[in-house]
Amino acid sequence: MSGRLDVRKTYKLFIGGAFPRSESARSYEVTAHDGDFLANAARASRKDVRDAVTVARASWPSWSGLTAYNRGQILYRVAEVMESRRAELIEQVRRAEGDADADGQVDRAIDTWVWYAGLTDKLAFIAGGLNPVAGPYFNITVPESTGVVGMAVPERPSLAGLVERLAPALCGGNTVVAITSQAHPLVAITAAECFATSDVPPGVVNLLSGHKDELVPVVASHLDVDALDVTGIGDESLAEAERAAAGNVKRIVRSQGGRSPYEATAFMELKTVWHPKGS
Amino acid sequence: MAQTTLGPQSLFDELGTAVDAVGAEQRAAALATRSIKRASKLWALDLAIRCCDLTTLEGADTPGKIRALASKAMRPAPTDPSIPHVAALCIYPSLVKVAADALRGSEVAVASVATAFPSGQAALATRLAEIETAVADGADEIDIVISRSAFLAGRFDDVHDEVIRSKEACGDAHLKVILETGELGSYGAVRQASLIAMAAGADFIKTSTGKISPASTLPVALVMAESIRDYADLTGRAVGLKVAGGIRSSKDAIRYLVVIHETLGDEWLDPRRFRIGASSLLNDLLMQTDKQRSGVYSDPDGYTLD
Amino acid sequence: MNWEYAPAPESTEIVSVDDTYGLFIDGDFTDPASGEYVKTINPATEEVLAAIAQADAADVDRAVKAARTAFEPWSGQPASDRAKYLFRVARVMQERSRELAVLETMNGGKPIRESRDVDVPLAAAHFFYYAGWADKLEYAFAGRRAEPLGVAAQVIPWNFPLLMLAWKIAPALAAGNTVVLKPAETTPLTALAFASICDQAGIPPGVVNIITGGGKTGAMLVRHPDVDKVAFTGSTEVGKDIQRAIAGTAKHLTLELGGKAPNIVFADAALDQAVEGIVNGIFFNQGHVCCAGSRLLVQESAFEQVMAKLKRRLGTLRLGDPLDKNTDIGAINSRAQLDKINRLVATGVDEGAELYQSSCDLPERGFWFPPSVFTGVSQSHRIAQEEIFGPVLSVLTFRTPEEAVEKANNTPYGLSAGVWTEKGSLILWMADRLRAGVVWANTFNRFDPASAFGGYKESGFGREGGPQGLSAYVKLSES
Repeated sequence: MSGRLDVRKTYKLFIGGAFPRSESARSYEVTAHDGDFLANAARASRKDVRDAVTVARASWPSWSGLTAYNRGQILYRVAEVMESRRAELIEQVRRAEGDADADGQVDRAIDTWVWYAGLTDKLAFIAGGLNPVAGPYFNITVPESTGVVGMAVPERPSLAGLVERLAPALCGGNTVVAITSQAHPLVAITAAECFATSDVPPGVVNLLSGHKDELVPVVASHLDVDALDVTGIGDESLAEAERAAAGNVKRIVRSQGGRSPYEATAFMELKTVWHPKGS
Repeated sequence: MAQTTLGPQSLFDELGTAVDAVGAEQRAAALATRSIKRASKLWALDLAIRCCDLTTLEGADTPGKIRALASKAMRPAPTDPSIPHVAALCIYPSLVKVAADALRGSEVAVASVATAFPSGQAALATRLAEIETAVADGADEIDIVISRSAFLAGRFDDVHDEVIRSKEACGDAHLKVILETGELGSYGAVRQASLIAMAAGADFIKTSTGKISPASTLPVALVMAESIRDYADLTGRAVGLKVAGGIRSSKDAIRYLVVIHETLGDEWLDPRRFRIGASSLLNDLLMQTDKQRSGVYSDPDGYTLD
Repeated sequence: MNWEYAPAPESTEIVSVDDTYGLFIDGDFTDPASGEYVKTINPATEEVLAAIAQADAADVDRAVKAARTAFEPWSGQPASDRAKYLFRVARVMQERSRELAVLETMNGGKPIRESRDVDVPLAAAHFFYYAGWADKLEYAFAGRRAEPLGVAAQVIPWNFPLLMLAWKIAPALAAGNTVVLKPAETTPLTALAFASICDQAGIPPGVVNIITGGGKTGAMLVRHPDVDKVAFTGSTEVGKDIQRAIAGTAKHLTLELGGKAPNIVFADAALDQAVEGIVNGIFFNQGHVCCAGSRLLVQESAFEQVMAKLKRRLGTLRLGDPLDKNTDIGAINSRAQLDKINRLVATGVDEGAELYQSSCDLPERGFWFPPSVFTGVSQSHRIAQEEIFGPVLSVLTFRTPEEAVEKANNTPYGLSAGVWTEKGSLILWMADRLRAGVVWANTFNRFDPASAFGGYKESGFGREGGPQGLSAYVKLSES
């Protein structure tokens, strides 16, 4: 290597489209797969969760109010920006996870964004439709976003796992507060830089790095979170989280594996509207 | 000035009050794509200046502030004699005497708000007395607010009656009726309120107080212009339109002129039938006029604040 | 004091038109076998824009062969790759949107405001929409496996050249087919620009082939034995001709033909918006619209009020240079079309209908027709039956909803219909009874890639847009 000293990045939280440190000013050490020091990542607190939920809620009406086409365009742009940072993301995944197939993971993550970007304006057809009720009524069922989704992202694969849960939630118009992989948070913050530079409105995606055992209970019990994705919650904490979620009847969502419209509809409500037909 | 004998409900029946929001917004958006250039732009900028009601409605307004603004109203660009004076200075009733004094001998009218502006939440007697005092102090024009309290409770006849009484209290002063469209809830309600105000003798109907959001919007102005047109066709009486609140750029102002031009026609492109309530807009009109003439973008410091 | 808008022309410097264009076959522009070229013009000025190759039988054959050769690798690619190609095309169209809009207006005569705000954005949106279906076909057809048909022959009209190209090519490619597309004789330029977009997007050679020519070229193309699928948008007369020509073959066919749409206005409608809808319905794109609301059916009790508003509104329509950003009504696409409009309008006058036209100055050069309204029209007038395809509205009256439905349906066409009323139940009741593929309530001429479009009866069969638009390009088998 040349003698040049590098300028090292500070890894902060991603809340409301900005990169603040934790209000608690705490951080924790993140190491590479070989034990080397990588960075001090921000260690989010319950107040950071509170702030993230506030902005997620505030940005939800306009995000869900965009046309599906518009949302799809924004998600596609995220893929464009990620693609342009492909090399960086691969390097980060490799350093963090020692992943022999870092390339494959990053490609999968980008292609997942593309897949869900093209799904936004197809969900209504797949999940909704006209209902032939037995009477002179027009009757239609439409899927709508649930609202603010809290999630704990799987530990590994650190990028693909994040994308595979984020994209379906966003696709349907939800906003997200996600707890990143605890051991490998850095690539999530780089992904956040992609969101921040690709027309995703501030507050729609919020990423909190930190200790899952501290943060999961706060998200799970927060009364202004509408759904909880438990895919990245370890077995030992699952029951407790689900119990806490019952406090406001949160929808419990878990990945069924792979890409499917039903991963997106799991984060959606269904509304049925009736109207008489008559002259 | 003929006053129709048709009451609100008859007008509603005769002219209809249904407005499709998506359709109205689409039409306004299409009108906003008009590209106004060169000579037609200079003409529009000049007209916009002539139609300005230069406004200050702040708790902090003092006689000094009013005198300074009056000077600006009479001479928007002290070093450029080709720039016309504005139509009126619009202020709170307590400052009418100062304004009348400062504007004496000029062609700039004194316009005063009245009737417990902006909320309108005061006893009718108080509101009418406010008009009378302002007129006695020298106001040429009175901008009142309708009672949204009565309107939203469905008491259209009360709204109608109060405007009639206000018109009486104005004497020779001309009456602008503020609908506060941002509180009315729908374009259909805006049309209804427009018809009520015109039936009661308003000389102008006005969109907003500028104290709440949303204030004036292009679709609202379109709906009001259509109401004015339909009312004029039915009764032969031409009522003016004033748009106010949030109009800061020349581009916005010109869009309103396009709406008037293509809905009401050029008879309404005149300070006797169209006004823009504005404060910072005036300097932008001056800047754009200079830019249009010289081809070069201007510097805000080149224009007096008052 | 009259406020005249100064001319506000959109600059044409962003467009560069070659003197000559060959045929785009197998990824390259090549000379036509016959060496024959026909000039294409700007209908607003009659200025010649370029010389366009005319494909003959040999060229058609070569194009179909190129599409056939490209089919196996194209359909064999992972579907997600096809999706990515189509996303690229959509993005390039957005990047080059101003250039495409100006070119469309120069070659076709429609106002720049329309090509800029409607045609080009919708065309890009179609590619974006179908890109998203390419790797999700299993969700479009529940329980069936969708496979492409093969080579699609696509013939499109001159009224929305680039948009019609998008409606045809996007779903075909998404489903894995390859295409040979023939643009209309008078409007080839945006299709030829599309060829360069395919190149920039890296679409493999042979997947998209663009062959120019007249009616004869189109006739040869749809009859070519190695074509699996024919998609045609154009006149009902030619549509029937094609249907006859492919009878007895295994070719799949979809047709999008003419219309004589009823635009039905009830007395309780929001009238100012209804008048906008009437105007948009028949004067958008100079009435060169298959789904144009060319028959206004107005409830008799509202007739006077509606006509007064309509006539006044006609007076604010600006006819002139299509490249002027303030123009509402552009040029008629060709001399032939102008002659046809003149003939039918003369018939209307002869048959006793009353003609009202807005008084606008018609430029000296180019093809122009002022916005026109016939009143006193009944169903038995030719102008109430035949598609004029120009800015000419026929006004009829009705008394009750039942009568409106009867008159609306009393036509061999069935492409679209408009309904204007504030009463929701009436909208839905009418929608149930109108025999039309598209019903617009309190709006008109709304298009969206997610919304299926197509006709009943002699307006054609098959749908474009929506997941339904994919059906035309797939064969279904057990999953």
